Amino acid sequence: MRPATRLVLLLGWLGYAVIPWYLPDGVSLSQFGWLAGYPFGRAGTAFALALSGTAPWLLPVGVALLAVTLLLGRSESAAVGRTLIWAGLLGMVLFFAQGFAITLQGQGIPWLAALLGGSGAAQGGMGFGAFLTVLSLLLLLCHGLAYRGFCRGDIFTTSSIGIIVLLIGLFIFFPVATILQSALVDQAGAFAPGIFVARLFDSSIWGLGCVTANTNCGVAWNTLILAVLTGVITTLLGLACALLVLRTRMPGKRLMRALTVLPIITPPFVIGLALILLFGRSGVVSGLLYDWFSIPRSRWIYGLPGVLLAQVLAFAPIAFLVLIGVVQGISPSLEEASQTLGAKRWATFRTVTWPLLKPGLANAFLLGFVESMADFGNPLVLGGNFEVLSTKIFFAVVGAAHNQGQAAVLAMVLLVFTLGAFWVQQRWLGGKSYTTVTGKGDSGLPAKLPKPVTFISALVIVPWVALTFVIYVIILMGGFVKTMGRDHTPTLEHYRTGFAVDFSRGLFFEGAAWDSLFTTLKVAAISAPLTAVLGLLTAYLLMRQQFRGRHVLEFTTMLSFAIPGTVLGVAYILAFNVPPVEITGTGLILIIAFVFRNMPVGVRSGIAGLSQIDKSLDEASITLRARSFTTLWRVVLPLLRPALVSALVYSFVRSITSVSAVIFLVSAEYNLATAYIVGRVEAGEFGLAIAYSSVLIVVMAIGIGLIQLGVGERKLGRRSAIPLATSAAQPVK
Amino acid sequence: MAKAGPASVEFRNVSMRYGAVTAVDNISFTIEPGKLVTLLGPSGCGKTTTLRMIAGLEIASEGQVLIGGKDVTRLSAADRDVSMVFQSYALFPHMSVLENAAYGPLVKGLPKAEAQDMALAKLALVGLKGFEKRYPSELSGGQQQRVAVARALVLEPQVLLFDEPLSNLDAKLRRKVREEIRELQQSLNLTVAYVTHDQEEALAVSDRIIVMSNARIAQEGSPRELYEEPANPFVADFIGDANMVPVTIAEVSEGIADVMIGSAKVKLPARGLAAGPARAAIRPESLLMGPASGPGLRGTVRKCAYLGNHLDLMIETEVGELFVVQPGGRDLLPYGSEVGLSFANSGVTLIPQS
Repeated sequence: MRPATRLVLLLGWLGYAVIPWYLPDGVSLSQFGWLAGYPFGRAGTAFALALSGTAPWLLPVGVALLAVTLLLGRSESAAVGRTLIWAGLLGMVLFFAQGFAITLQGQGIPWLAALLGGSGAAQGGMGFGAFLTVLSLLLLLCHGLAYRGFCRGDIFTTSSIGIIVLLIGLFIFFPVATILQSALVDQAGAFAPGIFVARLFDSSIWGLGCVTANTNCGVAWNTLILAVLTGVITTLLGLACALLVLRTRMPGKRLMRALTVLPIITPPFVIGLALILLFGRSGVVSGLLYDWFSIPRSRWIYGLPGVLLAQVLAFAPIAFLVLIGVVQGISPSLEEASQTLGAKRWATFRTVTWPLLKPGLANAFLLGFVESMADFGNPLVLGGNFEVLSTKIFFAVVGAAHNQGQAAVLAMVLLVFTLGAFWVQQRWLGGKSYTTVTGKGDSGLPAKLPKPVTFISALVIVPWVALTFVIYVIILMGGFVKTMGRDHTPTLEHYRTGFAVDFSRGLFFEGAAWDSLFTTLKVAAISAPLTAVLGLLTAYLLMRQQFRGRHVLEFTTMLSFAIPGTVLGVAYILAFNVPPVEITGTGLILIIAFVFRNMPVGVRSGIAGLSQIDKSLDEASITLRARSFTTLWRVVLPLLRPALVSALVYSFVRSITSVSAVIFLVSAEYNLATAYIVGRVEAGEFGLAIAYSSVLIVVMAIGIGLIQLGVGERKLGRRSAIPLATSAAQPVK
Repeated sequence: MAKAGPASVEFRNVSMRYGAVTAVDNISFTIEPGKLVTLLGPSGCGKTTTLRMIAGLEIASEGQVLIGGKDVTRLSAADRDVSMVFQSYALFPHMSVLENAAYGPLVKGLPKAEAQDMALAKLALVGLKGFEKRYPSELSGGQQQRVAVARALVLEPQVLLFDEPLSNLDAKLRRKVREEIRELQQSLNLTVAYVTHDQEEALAVSDRIIVMSNARIAQEGSPRELYEEPANPFVADFIGDANMVPVTIAEVSEGIADVMIGSAKVKLPARGLAAGPARAAIRPESLLMGPASGPGLRGTVRKCAYLGNHLDLMIETEVGELFVVQPGGRDLLPYGSEVGLSFANSGVTLIPQS
């Protein structure tokens, strides 16, 4: 047996016999009152509880560990490998069987509980002991597979695959499956497909009242209409902007580039909040319009127009970011070829540039579409009577109705929509991207834009940029006046409420916002490195290792890109509110939610980074006798540092701005900045909300600025258009 | 560290499949200790896959791989006593020359000082003394190549592998580096497997050559055997140039065949063939051009190109168009000239597998 396997076994015994198995209330690392009765009682170890007969169903798990312990002295062989595989596998099966069979009184799986000797018994949520034990069983299984020659006998590779599969299964698949299960049962928990069908085809989801009668349409239609409009408008804005920035000599290009950073650092609902302060009934603009032109104040901003406006402002920079890459990727020599064949500017644009842009446009549209569907903050703040799926899910869970079944059905509909869009993007566009960035030196001058295109682009860009600018002024200034739109007396009152610090008795953070800010930073700081490590490790396995099921793993990781935050939030509430994993209301669930919500960011930057590193470097390291962990540590990781940094910072920033998933998961003890701000908006305390938002934005802008400095932008090594250059189709006069 | 000395490499019925694609199809060969054996073939013939199977970077789907008589078929690259020089050199860009060379002993767990001493010795061997502090990006292509060789040599592997090591060098440098590699191999008595698609390079450096085609071994032998006695039309054409012509064996006696090439009659080693139709490979330089009235085949000049030290000609004859190389500064022959072609004593051979 290799030393690593012995270590893993030790870990297993530690979890089984030393560390408390369950997660009792009041767990704390500074006070130990909850440990009363150890190793029996609530904080008991599995070993003690199983032997004393309190929890006999935990005994078989220990037997699995014991079976492996008997092999301790044996040398590595296929037979030892086989035993490890079986012990690990059976141990895990028994572990999960008892976990799911024996939960709360009257729940779980009674027949299985009886089989395991726990008929009628109940147990709480599993804790660190259970976690270590299952981890050890999993690793024993993986080591066994390595002994049998899987992944060329590399323990590190098999173990990483095992851990990632278990984590994805537990924190993505299991919760999403729980949604499905909740959708199929009635309020009492009995299987009721009839109710499922009734809920699914309910007129509140699919009704066409707005067409046939003068009522509201179903939320599904609202969501779709909003998403399509947002997708189209953001794509057009993004395209106009990308063309202007890359193909003309317009002023303020750097400013436009800076715009792309804004959606990353702006919590999604802040745009909506600023729109209320501008165009709401008592908004600044509404007030001016009333004073100057006697246009009555109205509530037009609450509903489709407002949400659409907010989403367009929030997501157009994302489309811009995508399309700038697409426009940049069009090889100038193609356009030069067109020009040397006699095509004028407009003909070149129409016959060469535009067809090459099309797949990129579809991609940008789908991104806007999915972002709009997943958006929760703006519809919540601005929706009024205009309900979309994400807000309806929220109210189904936290509202007076408290209908988890309905929330589950709505979440399924939303999930089907986003997965559908994602599927189209992957399958249909996957084979159609005309990437024209090749390894060959491709020096040429991009064609100039035809005049009408330049003109139209400028016409749409200017108001957009102006409005964005006004909005950010509002966000940054709004916190410094008494009441935006009514009373513009300068004041620090909002900041004092939120961020006052009392120095009179030492350092005391008196402001109301400090708690949530500290929690946010703490949770984000813990989850960011976990996200980066998990994401990069997954990317490494996907890009560099060959193993059966790699494509399945790749597909599931990609799939998690498409799960809207609201759906993930609901799924977590449903899945982790009861044993065996009972972690709602803790800080842990927030960390886990952030890690798995942001993991795609880590995977994506890892894949991007790895695809730039020649595979023969890994192979060179391996032929020099380095194992895959050493290779990863000494060769891949140092070269992957930029990807690591950006994965770290982006997951940190996304944790701070995210609201949709965590709004379900925050508790009084663990409140987050975004959830706190949404709460203030709902209470009508716009001043404090906007002050807090601007603090968040400034904090993150500094962070993003630092990475931009450190990482830099991509360079393609093309010539830039020198002012006097003339194209071949238009010779110098 | 005790030097293990050179080891043999043996493939027994090895195949490599990726799904439905067979990259290497049931090949067997032996590389003797201390020899340099080249895997030669056109791109996609499976030669690099074969090399990577020796390294352990690919695990054979079927068959056995033995190094030094020990079965290593399922052993990963990290557990084999084999080093490799990559086509792209694969120098770690974030490490200096010294760190690159010392990587092997370092990850093996040797103390840093010892690892660096070993690295310095091998760097000196390849003539890179004084370059230790540089980074790969600060070296020329040839110097990078030497670092790659030094790094592969540091662990004194039982087998050293080269994957097209000269393909990133310019033509002049190639000749020099290939001579250096050969000298190094002979002076250190290394077992080397060397992959290339350049037949001239293969002829120049190898003890033996394994010619591969379509995932199989087309022929194996010394450079001279391959050039003078190709087993099949592929090898005849791949190693040097050859005119493949249909011939008739009139009769065979005591291993010598009377062969009719068109109307011309020559005596050739029969190479196991019996009387009847066969094919022969004729090297372009073995066709001797003379006056139309001379012995041998009669032909008409179709193309004639001047290439400095020789002429390239295409001559239409009764057995088809023949490619002829005429050494020396002859005058260009005009289109349509009538010439006679006779056969040199070497460079005309019957092909057993046609």
